Amino acid sequence: MSKNEKIKAYRDGMRDGVPIGLGYFAVAFSLGIAARSAGMSALQGLVASLLCNASAGEFALFTVIGAGGTYLEVALVTLIANARYLLMSFALSQRISPEMPDYHRYLFGGLVTDEFFGINIARPGYLEPVYYYGAITVATPLWAVGTALGILMGNLLPGRVVSALGVALYGMFLAIIIPPARENRVVAACVICSFLLSGLFSVLPVLSGISAGTRTILLTLLIAGGAALLFPVREEESAE
Amino acid sequence: MNIWLAILTAALVSYAIRVLPLTLIRKPLKSVFLRSFLYYVPYVTLAVMTFPAIVQATDKLAAGVAALLVGSLIAWKRGSMVTVAAACCGVVLLLEAVL
Repeated sequence: MSKNEKIKAYRDGMRDGVPIGLGYFAVAFSLGIAARSAGMSALQGLVASLLCNASAGEFALFTVIGAGGTYLEVALVTLIANARYLLMSFALSQRISPEMPDYHRYLFGGLVTDEFFGINIARPGYLEPVYYYGAITVATPLWAVGTALGILMGNLLPGRVVSALGVALYGMFLAIIIPPARENRVVAACVICSFLLSGLFSVLPVLSGISAGTRTILLTLLIAGGAALLFPVREEESAE
Repeated sequence: MNIWLAILTAALVSYAIRVLPLTLIRKPLKSVFLRSFLYYVPYVTLAVMTFPAIVQATDKLAAGVAALLVGSLIAWKRGSMVTVAAACCGVVLLLEAVL
């Protein structure tokens, strides 16, 4: 990759990091409000967000802190709330160029989130670490600062603005999953099944008691597993 | 429980979950099933996380539903990530002001 290509990839990453950062800020702000009621300082919220980079995982952490739980509980809820990242890292491992220097795995690996995973998987070919870092440069500081500001300022931001920013993330997800669904019928069927089952899981008794993180894991195993059994992907498709 | 140590515990677990698959798996997988599974994983995971969360993220249900429909339509017309995200935000801001 030439120097110019790298600069372009980094800029692309920063561009795609903007909607992520806006969504992050909104989510982190509300997360900060939860951290404040758990008795955490703004600095603690900032550090927790920089090191954990996970909405559901951090929410679980703050809940355990607020309830005066144990370190074992912290480890377990973090494991469960973040288990989906195991699958995402697994998928990303298949998109790494053999020539990529090793240290990148330890750097961007710590920042595998729903959103960064989404934009990286949406790009064709091998994963580009510089693109990844471009998105991190823009979005991750907003995530950390959002948490700290949520702790400091509580409910100063009008609810309507928080509400509107909150859907930015999902808009991005739609931009990632809809175009391939238009090209590939199996992907389209997967998306429709996912919407339907996820919707059912959130309203049916018993099933609605399952947390969003666990629901994501269960449905991913079920639907992606079913699709892989019924419609195995030929070599050239999975390599793209 | 010390808050700083709790944060550190959560940070270590979060890091290990993400980095272990990346560092342990260094070769393309041979199994057609596993390869196919991982090909479908992103779409399913992102779709499950999008719905119903998008309609629950807003103060008013109708605004979330509108964001889902408008966002899907623009994505279908191949709008960029920024365009789709901005359109979703705009629809919510507008509808929640009007409704």
